[in-house]
Amino acid sequence: MSDNFPPDQRGPAPEDGTRRSFMKQAGGILGLALAPPFISKAERLTALSRKVEGVSEMQLKVNGTVRTIRAEPRVTLLDALREHLDLTGSKKGCDLGQCGACTVLIDGRRVNSCLTLAVMAQGKEVTTIEGLAKNDELHPLQTAFIKHDGFQCGYCTSGQIMSGVACINEGHASSDDQCREWMSGNLCRCGAYPNIVAAVREVAGNKS
Amino acid sequence: MDIEPTFFDSPGAGGIVGQPLDRVDGRDKVTGKARYAAEFPLPGLVYGVLRTSEIAKGKITRIDTAAAVKEPGVIAIFTHENLPKLAKTPNTPEGKKAIGAPMGFLPLTGNEIHYANQPVAVVVADTFERATHAASLVKVSYEQAQPIASFLDPKAEIFDPQKVQDGKTDGHTRRGNPKSALAASPIQLKATYTHAINNHNPMEPGSTTAHWEAADRVTVYESTQGVTRTQQALSEMLGLPRDQVRVITKYIGGGFGCKGSCWPHTPLTVLAAKAIGRPVKLVLTRPQMFTSMGHREDQTQTLTLGATKEGKLTALIHEKTSTTSPWDNYAESNSKIIDLLYECPNFEATYQLARANVMTSTFMRAPGEAPGSFAIECSMDDLAAQLGMDPIQLRLLNYAEKDPSTGKPWSSKSLKQCYARGAELFGWSKRNPKAGATRDGKYLVGMGMATASYPVHNSQGTARVRLYADGHAVVQSGATDLGTGTYTVMTQVAADSLGLTVDKVRFELGDTRLPTAPNSGGSVAAGTVSSSIYMAAQDVWQKLTKLAVQDKRSPLYRAKPEEVTNEKGRLILKNDKSKGEDFAALMKRLELTDIEGTGNGKYGAGYESGMAASAADSGHKDDAGQHSMHSFGTHFCEVRVDPELGTVRVSRWVSVHAAGRILNAKTARSQIIGGSIFGIGSALMEQTVRDDHFARYTNASLADYHIPVNADIPEMTVEFIDEHDPYINAMGVKGIGEISMVGVAAAVANAVFHATGKRIRSLPITPEKVLNAGIAS
Repeated sequence: MSDNFPPDQRGPAPEDGTRRSFMKQAGGILGLALAPPFISKAERLTALSRKVEGVSEMQLKVNGTVRTIRAEPRVTLLDALREHLDLTGSKKGCDLGQCGACTVLIDGRRVNSCLTLAVMAQGKEVTTIEGLAKNDELHPLQTAFIKHDGFQCGYCTSGQIMSGVACINEGHASSDDQCREWMSGNLCRCGAYPNIVAAVREVAGNKS
Repeated sequence: MDIEPTFFDSPGAGGIVGQPLDRVDGRDKVTGKARYAAEFPLPGLVYGVLRTSEIAKGKITRIDTAAAVKEPGVIAIFTHENLPKLAKTPNTPEGKKAIGAPMGFLPLTGNEIHYANQPVAVVVADTFERATHAASLVKVSYEQAQPIASFLDPKAEIFDPQKVQDGKTDGHTRRGNPKSALAASPIQLKATYTHAINNHNPMEPGSTTAHWEAADRVTVYESTQGVTRTQQALSEMLGLPRDQVRVITKYIGGGFGCKGSCWPHTPLTVLAAKAIGRPVKLVLTRPQMFTSMGHREDQTQTLTLGATKEGKLTALIHEKTSTTSPWDNYAESNSKIIDLLYECPNFEATYQLARANVMTSTFMRAPGEAPGSFAIECSMDDLAAQLGMDPIQLRLLNYAEKDPSTGKPWSSKSLKQCYARGAELFGWSKRNPKAGATRDGKYLVGMGMATASYPVHNSQGTARVRLYADGHAVVQSGATDLGTGTYTVMTQVAADSLGLTVDKVRFELGDTRLPTAPNSGGSVAAGTVSSSIYMAAQDVWQKLTKLAVQDKRSPLYRAKPEEVTNEKGRLILKNDKSKGEDFAALMKRLELTDIEGTGNGKYGAGYESGMAASAADSGHKDDAGQHSMHSFGTHFCEVRVDPELGTVRVSRWVSVHAAGRILNAKTARSQIIGGSIFGIGSALMEQTVRDDHFARYTNASLADYHIPVNADIPEMTVEFIDEHDPYINAMGVKGIGEISMVGVAAAVANAVFHATGKRIRSLPITPEKVLNAGIAS
């Protein structure tokens, strides 16, 4: 990011020198502020009154299982999944919320996990591509992606499928044109778009 | 080639090859199980992050790591002051050649800055976040100099290189007498075409994970299109024997050329891992992807065309000027396709370069053929318009029955069938010949077409087949699968060659411990690897035949080996198919659990004329054979142009190609669709913007560098023309990775011309260019 501006054109640095340290604090506080009700009000207030930094323990419910990791509050959900939980199905394509390869479901809603701090996902249901199949039985959209060849390299695929599942549930796949529009947050450089639309169409059950 | 077996002669073969089989790696990809290069959780793994230069030219006067190194978790910071020395760097021509480096410069070997975002430090820490943060704390002081931004910069010095494309293409070529032929031509058209910088931008960023298992042995998990080439580069740079450098790439998230070479981040990570004694993973950020693994260069081409009143080409003169780096004479070889697409007796091509403060550009899908076809195919469209002739008619009038550039016959060419079938599928006959005359509501509708062609490059590879008596087989070749379907099509080839079903075959790739295969690039992988596997299977059959004819208990006892063939897993007599036995029965009787065969697959000129190809220099291997070997095809495009907004939307698409044997109808269709979309991106939206004062990049992200999204792409129709080509390799495969995008930009531009009556010769065709062309709404 810092590479995008010549040195002499940069604005004044934050007081303690970095943007990241802001995130350290803001992330921690925000995470707790948005945290679920099982954290007591008192705990919340205590948390909000102090600076959160350094490595701390956090609990993430991923694919139905609660997992505990020790990480800094600035760790994104994507990096928590990939680097701490070895759930590498969610991909990092840009780390800037621009490509959709990191799409996961949080409480059923599709989000870019690279723009979500892990602490903010505490107490919520996170579903990743690894949790979509029921044991050996693939989700219908996974099956449809294989049948319609909805991918080539496979790197955007997890995000496409998670996004597609949500797109169908949202009712945004009632026609091909609507599906194309609502799937446009997930980039595919191999160019599998027509096949992705075919897969979503089949599962959504629309005929256009 | 006569003595070698070919897939065409294999009885019973072909049952599985060609079928639209679902990808064998599909399940791993849709469940997230497929592990890409940056996804191997090694014990003790730590994270490397690059700090890059904020200026494009100058010197580092001071680099202060004191604050960064104090941060928690920081393990080491490498700069030009403390980077361990390599045995060889690409900084000399000899070093570059030995390494096979794409760029004659390795960052962190000195204090000079040559391009924006050049790496200046590698920061290693125990977590990714800490490394990223610490990298931002490294203080770099520069002595700035005024950079040169491109060949258009007034400070740039334009020169005539002897060779371009790393020595593979002559800087100047000529056939006949083009200048006087042009002067004598009643029709002369001269047009200049410009192209923005394009970046490959595969979805998976480049990455390296280096693990030193001993002081002199390293394993590298790399996102590369060729494990062998990375191994070669690292072994040269590190001064280690090849076998002590292992490179693994099980899955790769796209490449399109940028992962075809070993770029600086790879040796830097390997050195860092060695210095700290722990495995290091370094993943390029998306912004860094614009300045770390090459790009398609900014360029301008002027094409002058001479023709008779009837439309027969008399002369083609092509001039290209482009930007190159401070060290290398790289330019895509645009002229090659212009030289051979149409019958034309007089031809001349010159390349000019200017050095600027940029990294070296590199091959990007259809390097040369993509921009070259834009120029020739738009000019042909202009000629057709000027003559009032149908664009396909004009192309048929100039149809090249043999290769005009060499005079050699084609190994096969089914372009006429492609034109005919494409026109039929597209409904070309319904096109109003008059430009700017078709409307759909407020939209201007246009239909355009263009020809595609791509060479069969000379290449070779190896494979190993292990056939078990229990009816399973493991087949191996150190190839990669970029998403092109290598895992799947090679499983099909192995199954057919061994007479097994697909579920009994496992194909392994992506590891230098496996038999050597070429880079997946230049469309060579499918033909080379499939031929290698086919040959390895023949080796197995020959060994089994030898055993059978010596075994008294075999029905084939005392038969002559040359009288024995195989069909669906059985060894049989050629003239009495009832006489024979299953390989499993033979192996069990002989108490063999398994048998191995190896094969060397040759592709292109090396297959037809092995001696001539090995004797030829690197620029002429492809045409060392007796035939000129190319795939051909055609794209048809319909666009809707909004006259008020200047937006261009592709509304229909048809591609018809002839590329020898198609190994899998489903994955091949996907590849053609994908290449067409890649080309639509370059035609309508893709451009990396380099500031012409700072030589820095203003849009290095996927939000600002636009690639097509789902909503940009309509349904697409793809067909293949069956083609039997016995000259190119044992499988008769030409490869389709590149041809899928050749001609695409021209088909789009020709459709825009047909819609608006205005010719836009500058890519990408963005709304402001359409509006500035002055169309009537």
